[in-house]
Amino acid sequence: MARKLLLEHINVPGINTLDVYRQKGGYRAVEKALKTLTPDEVVEEVKKSGLRGRGGAGFPTGMKWSFLAKPEGVARYLVCNADESEPGTFKDRYLMTHIPHALIEGMIVSSYALGAKTSYIYVRGEMMPQIRILERAIAEAKAAGFLGKNILGSGYDLELYVQPGGGAYICGEETALLESLEGKRGNPRIKPPFPAIAGLYGCPTVVNNVESIAAVVPIINDGGDEYMKIGIGRSTGTKLISASGNLVRPGVYEIELGLPVEEFIYSDEYCGGIANGKRLKATVAGGSSVPVLPANLTLKLANGEPRLMSYESLSEGGFATGTMLGSGGFIAFDEDQCIVRNTWNFSRFYHHESCGQCSPCREGTGWMEKVLHRLEHGHGKMSDIDLLVDVSKKIEGNTICPLGDAAAWPVASAIRHFRDEFEWHVKEPIKSLQGNYGIANYAVPIAKAEVKQEN
Amino acid sequence: MSEKVKVTIDGITVEVEPGTTILNAARQIGGDIVPPAMCYYSKLEGSGGKCRTCIVKVSKGSEKDPRPMPKLVASCRTTVMDGMEVQNITSPEVIEARSGVVEMLLINHPLDCPVCDQAGECDLQNLGYEHGLQKTRYEFERRTFERIDIGDKIQLHMNRCILCYRCVFTADQITNKRVHGILNRGDHSEISTYIQTAVDNDFSGNVIDVCPVGALTDKTFRFKNRVWFTKPVDAHRDCPTCSGKVTLWYKGEDVLRVTARKDIYGEVEEFICNTCRFDKKKTADWTIEHPTHISDTSVISANHYETLIPLPVIQEDLRLQEANKVELEKTAKF
Amino acid sequence: MLKVEEQQPVEFSSALIAKCDEISSRYPQGKQKSALLPILHEVQAELGWLSSNAMDKVAAYLKIEPIEVYEVASFYSMYFLQPKGKYVLEVCRTGPCCLVGAEKLMEHMEQTLGVKEGEVTADGLFSWRGVECLAACGYGPVLQIGPEYTFYENLDNQKVDTLIEELRKK
Repeated sequence: MARKLLLEHINVPGINTLDVYRQKGGYRAVEKALKTLTPDEVVEEVKKSGLRGRGGAGFPTGMKWSFLAKPEGVARYLVCNADESEPGTFKDRYLMTHIPHALIEGMIVSSYALGAKTSYIYVRGEMMPQIRILERAIAEAKAAGFLGKNILGSGYDLELYVQPGGGAYICGEETALLESLEGKRGNPRIKPPFPAIAGLYGCPTVVNNVESIAAVVPIINDGGDEYMKIGIGRSTGTKLISASGNLVRPGVYEIELGLPVEEFIYSDEYCGGIANGKRLKATVAGGSSVPVLPANLTLKLANGEPRLMSYESLSEGGFATGTMLGSGGFIAFDEDQCIVRNTWNFSRFYHHESCGQCSPCREGTGWMEKVLHRLEHGHGKMSDIDLLVDVSKKIEGNTICPLGDAAAWPVASAIRHFRDEFEWHVKEPIKSLQGNYGIANYAVPIAKAEVKQEN
Repeated sequence: MSEKVKVTIDGITVEVEPGTTILNAARQIGGDIVPPAMCYYSKLEGSGGKCRTCIVKVSKGSEKDPRPMPKLVASCRTTVMDGMEVQNITSPEVIEARSGVVEMLLINHPLDCPVCDQAGECDLQNLGYEHGLQKTRYEFERRTFERIDIGDKIQLHMNRCILCYRCVFTADQITNKRVHGILNRGDHSEISTYIQTAVDNDFSGNVIDVCPVGALTDKTFRFKNRVWFTKPVDAHRDCPTCSGKVTLWYKGEDVLRVTARKDIYGEVEEFICNTCRFDKKKTADWTIEHPTHISDTSVISANHYETLIPLPVIQEDLRLQEANKVELEKTAKF
Repeated sequence: MLKVEEQQPVEFSSALIAKCDEISSRYPQGKQKSALLPILHEVQAELGWLSSNAMDKVAAYLKIEPIEVYEVASFYSMYFLQPKGKYVLEVCRTGPCCLVGAEKLMEHMEQTLGVKEGEVTADGLFSWRGVECLAACGYGPVLQIGPEYTFYENLDNQKVDTLIEELRKK
């Protein structure tokens, strides 16, 4: 069995209450940090752990913390990004629903490390039940003296609030989130300045994902060195993977980074294989924004080596043959699924969620959706396929925030790997409306590349 | 004064104050290497970064950190560093990306220039002329909105809007109360007051001048004339509310409209009040200064009347003067 | 542009105002605009939707311009700027849920309720609409019902029918 750091006690009845959470060792990290460590020492542990942001970008958390400006007399803020809306990702919802104190404990330790006296958890508005769960847990923590004035007699004060969003994927982008938290439209800011210099209310701010914050708890409990031993290479620790689509057992799994993708999909410890005895056609490994891969490239690298669930292995081969770990939203498509339809569906999502601030994304996402709609519904043209590639290129890299890239990549990658299927939609419009293209050669195993002997 | 920093744009080096943006450094050089700007407006704080037409390539970050920037950057919102090297028109990548942006700006634009009062002085028209494609690749219905009056003097053609946010910044920063804003999201975004309220205060008319396209136009000038048939003249009056420095647009003896004076980048020099703009349309109201300088690349210069300055070679050569007699006689009076 | 019909004047209950006061206290002095999103949720929960009168009242409460409230309310998808059914069934329509039958479920709802997406049933009880990813992809198809945002997972036609019947009886 792999080690579980976040979900170890997830099945313990009542773990959502403070009492049970404490019985299972909860709030030890708060006591350890506030009583025995300086804020800088906490930052140092997180740096040592090699923890990388779990929201999608994978930027080292400790390094992000060390960039925080600390001018005298200016408030600093920690904001937790719980605006989980990336299609395929639902790990934060799971964590907050079942083990809310893990997030709150992480928030207290992290706020202490950063010197924040007021911290906010920005939860997407649709998660009202989770907001109620968190508010109840905060009240419990406060009653037990883990929040408020002079926590555990350490002289450290912290107020923690939950802020609901209003329904906008873009608020998962950290500067859009801060705008939203200031009561404005969720338009991403133009950087620089970065939040570490001027974030919430113009003050130095760190924005971290729910899972990153929760991971600080085991890092402090066991030490950064211990955390770093788990995983592989620069992908340290455990990661929550949200598995969805045509799997026998979809759900949230905590894996040690470095687990082979094949084992994750097929072993009984995790997803248990493809549902209904079907075959795997394709996957999106890290949430809808990352490139889609055919089954064979999902399981193996281009050289035939097994692909692993890690930041490096998933992106091996660049966009030509690789993808990204992203937020860990693992979507599996069986042989009956239509890649064109799914690409259209995703592009409708990005069209709907574009904030409309900058022109390539505002206009381009709608354009791509319309062309894909036409292809999927049997009146596409062969030239549409190259048009899509071209439009996606004109969006990618030219926008204020990464939503433009996120909208472009799924389209570009679908055409890169599944061009046959797109062409079939044009050539066989009637058939494409009635049936689907099937698995074709997308699951043909990749042979191990022969290594030439150097003489 | 702090030490100046050196930046090289398309091979031309200039020294500027620290904190200057790439765009403004380019404007100090001038000429073809100045990136076009549709949303940035130097007089409006916080403007820029949105339209993406001014994107450039930073091929060298600075003397200290020479790494190039990974993506094209908005020159209007990126500050120069000492030793920075920037490519604008010398980078094929920039030219291609810019033409992509122009295409995006035009896919939902109605292209109704023949009936648009802004034609002839429209930034989007100029941009499309320079960077646009011959033919659109967009084969879907364009997004449309109802035309509405915001107040009795200003008309909003949302169809033409490129969402530069300039009018929103203007209302925030120049007027005392903002009643219009950006509603909805994504490509449904629109400029609106939401409920029927008139935009009514002394400086509201400035939104017409800052609008880079024909989305906000002067109702008192609506369909009166094409701008290139009118003659602009700088004038002033003693105004209790604003500087009173304006441009009058004449057709024959009549002042058809009054605008603020604009610089070569189309930005107003000083914002003017609604009284000057809408209510003072008699020559007697004004002290005339001189014909407005119009760039000879503008269609408005077609019937121009500024004193022609003959090239030195003509001044020295009588035969050439004879050959150019007609042109030289135009040196004009208006 | 909103056609301003005769709107009923809006009154906030004392409980709502107390809640707004509590929310406003979460932010530093002078940053009360931060309370806008949570307050709009509270107002919508009490009044059912956000009329321009209601938004004007929020603007007055937070001492901001009404347009600032309109801009925000129209940006986010959770705020209803038009009257709606008592129960709005919001079904996730994004990729992973479609892999497990969300589209068929929506067709079924259209038939069962007899109204198209966004419309209100004759009795004023129900509307339904497809919404983008609700972050429960492993348990699809899913739907939520405001204002509590009660969440229903692993749905099929039968479960939805039962749910609708239960709501009807309430």
